[in-house]
Amino acid sequence: MIDPTPVLEVEHLQIDFLTRRGTVHAVRDVSFTIGRGETLGLVGESGSGKSVTAQALLGMIELPGRIVGGDVRWKGESLVRGPHVRRTIERVRGQEIAMVFQDPMTSLDPVFTVGSQVVEVLRRHRRLSRKAAKARAVELLDIVGIANPTERISQYPFEMSGGMRQRVLIAMALACEPELLVADEPTTALDVTIQAQILELVAELQQELRLAVLLITHDLGVVAGVCDRVAVMYAGKIVEDAPAADLYATPAHPYSAALLRSTPRLDIVLDRLVAIEGAPPDLRRPPAGCAFATRCPFAIDHCREEQPRLEVFEPVPNAVGAGDAETLEELEQPARTERTVACFRAAEVREEVLS
Amino acid sequence: MGRYLSQRLVQGLVVILGVTTLVFVVTRMIGDPVNFILPLSASEEQRAALRADLGFDRSILSQFWSFLSDAVRLDFGESTYFRNEDALGIVRRFLPKTLQLVVAGMIVAFVLSVPLGAIAALRPGKLLDKFLVTLSLIGLATPQFFLGQVILLFTSVKFNLVQFGDGPWTHLIFPALTLALPAIGRLTMVVRSAMIDELNSQYVKAARAKGVSRRRIVGVHALRNAAIPFVTLFGWEVIRALAGYTLVVEAVFDWPGLGDLAILSIRERDFFLIQTIVFVVAVMVVLVNIVIDIAYKIIDPRVKIA
Ligand SMILES: Nc1ncnc2c1ncn2[C@@H]1O[C@H](COP(=O)(O)OP(=O)(O)OP(=O)(O)O)[C@@H](O)[C@H]1O
Ligand code: SF4
Ligand SMILES: [Mg+2]
Repeated sequence: MIDPTPVLEVEHLQIDFLTRRGTVHAVRDVSFTIGRGETLGLVGESGSGKSVTAQALLGMIELPGRIVGGDVRWKGESLVRGPHVRRTIERVRGQEIAMVFQDPMTSLDPVFTVGSQVVEVLRRHRRLSRKAAKARAVELLDIVGIANPTERISQYPFEMSGGMRQRVLIAMALACEPELLVADEPTTALDVTIQAQILELVAELQQELRLAVLLITHDLGVVAGVCDRVAVMYAGKIVEDAPAADLYATPAHPYSAALLRSTPRLDIVLDRLVAIEGAPPDLRRPPAGCAFATRCPFAIDHCREEQPRLEVFEPVPNAVGAGDAETLEELEQPARTERTVACFRAAEVREEVLS
Repeated sequence: MGRYLSQRLVQGLVVILGVTTLVFVVTRMIGDPVNFILPLSASEEQRAALRADLGFDRSILSQFWSFLSDAVRLDFGESTYFRNEDALGIVRRFLPKTLQLVVAGMIVAFVLSVPLGAIAALRPGKLLDKFLVTLSLIGLATPQFFLGQVILLFTSVKFNLVQFGDGPWTHLIFPALTLALPAIGRLTMVVRSAMIDELNSQYVKAARAKGVSRRRIVGVHALRNAAIPFVTLFGWEVIRALAGYTLVVEAVFDWPGLGDLAILSIRERDFFLIQTIVFVVAVMVVLVNIVIDIAYKIIDPRVKIA
């Protein structure tokens, strides 16, 4: 079951990149929380700031990037500022929060065996003898579904397929029993069939280990099967944050709606989101009003003048599935059911989606 | 491994054969050795007699054939300059001095370039990096004959520090440094750029996310990966030192090594000695190449030796 007290709180996070051609405001006031054992999907098109946000959770923003505002708190402790921040990050990174990256082909050191790399992580965080660490590494490879782990452990990354390497990387992430797994597009680089297997693995492990997961993806199809909640990101901001089922049934932000429309069938895993017409704004000079205004069919003059804030969105009571048993059942769960949207016309958008 | 080695040895033999052939042809084109051996007053009969004695009256092909068949038995003939001394014996007498110089110089180059390059790569673009890069550029751009002269001028002539020529090990210091300096410059740049590449790679980022310490990331992961391009270039430096730079350095410091001997043998048109020197150097180059390949295989598991 999902524990509603958040383990991770991201508050008004702002991250800039100082580049030769100007300051890129990559993350602009992002807030979200993840509860113990909760799976949050973070979706949005390329360049919206998903990876940068994820890196901030492990204290991995470094020059030319800079956290210029806001905070990330892990179980109440700041990972951004304060006198003990380095120590906290050192304790948390790889141990309480673990990360899996997009590209399994390059995320392992090519000149060391996979076993020695798993052992390295284990010995870094746990006081284990070499032998015990090796035994545990075999166990971990077994857990993530690698056949013949005792032999595999002495192989080099180049001797393994992409899917297998991603399993190894997941094993390494799980080595120290983290409480939060951040997976940044863990399946993008893999074949479709392997993608499904890896997602299944993540979902299984999430259940078994009561992991909280932040699953970053381009792919709403991926999110649908796995996530409790979904946060939709656009141009460095979260534009909608809602329980997955609600978002799919009735998106309240025009961008979420467009994303859903461009994913023809949720049960089909797509490689990439079909592009939405137009381009996101230049993040060196973000617009004064809503960043989506240039592409938004609902845009009104007001949208171009003022930034819509991410606010709790109360659906009109009679709207969705009032008699829908499934929805009601979900509402009774301790999971967070509130939805926040950053759009001046959210109510109209939702109406239109429903009609 | 055994099959690989024998393959490399065969390749090496081809290289050695090629080089010695080339040298054989070139030496036959630089003049009549007999004129250098005999005094100007020697009669034409005396010259002809010596020519016949040394085999130079035969056709070039037959000379080449006997050269090859003797070489297989490691018989390279006798020096004409060092009256009737076995050429290989002379080379063996001079070789240790050159090896001392190259080994000392390359150890210095290795020991300095690896940490300097790695330190520069830790904060690229920062003051220390810029300083080290500038120093490296100066080092690699300075010709050895000039550098050697400057060192000599300041140490030996002004302060009476270096001793010329042969002597106890202290005589080795300045020639070795002169030999090493340009290599240090080049290798520092190689280590630096390889380390910068590695430190920006995805596996380093992933290792950081796993909490692996910076020390391990730099000292174990990045360094071992950066060693892959480094090994090749370091091997080249050794080869260039062996087969070229020692010539200059030995001349400047009057160091009695193979380079000195080579210059002498060319000046004296001592064909048999030239051929022997080239043969020995070619063998060493081939050996160094094999060592590089083995080192490569040890460092990078992706390289298959078969
Ligand atoms: N090291 C960097 N230097 C300069 N700009 C950067 C850097 N890293 C990220 N950015 C900028 O931050 C913005 C967000 O990038 P981010 O990688 O978070 O996007 P993303 O949502 O993960 O996209 P994708 O789906 O392609 O992975 C981009 O506009 C990018 O240009
Ligand atoms: S605020 Fe206006 S422009 Fe922005 S998404 Fe809503 S309707 Fe569209
Ligand atoms: Mg990304």
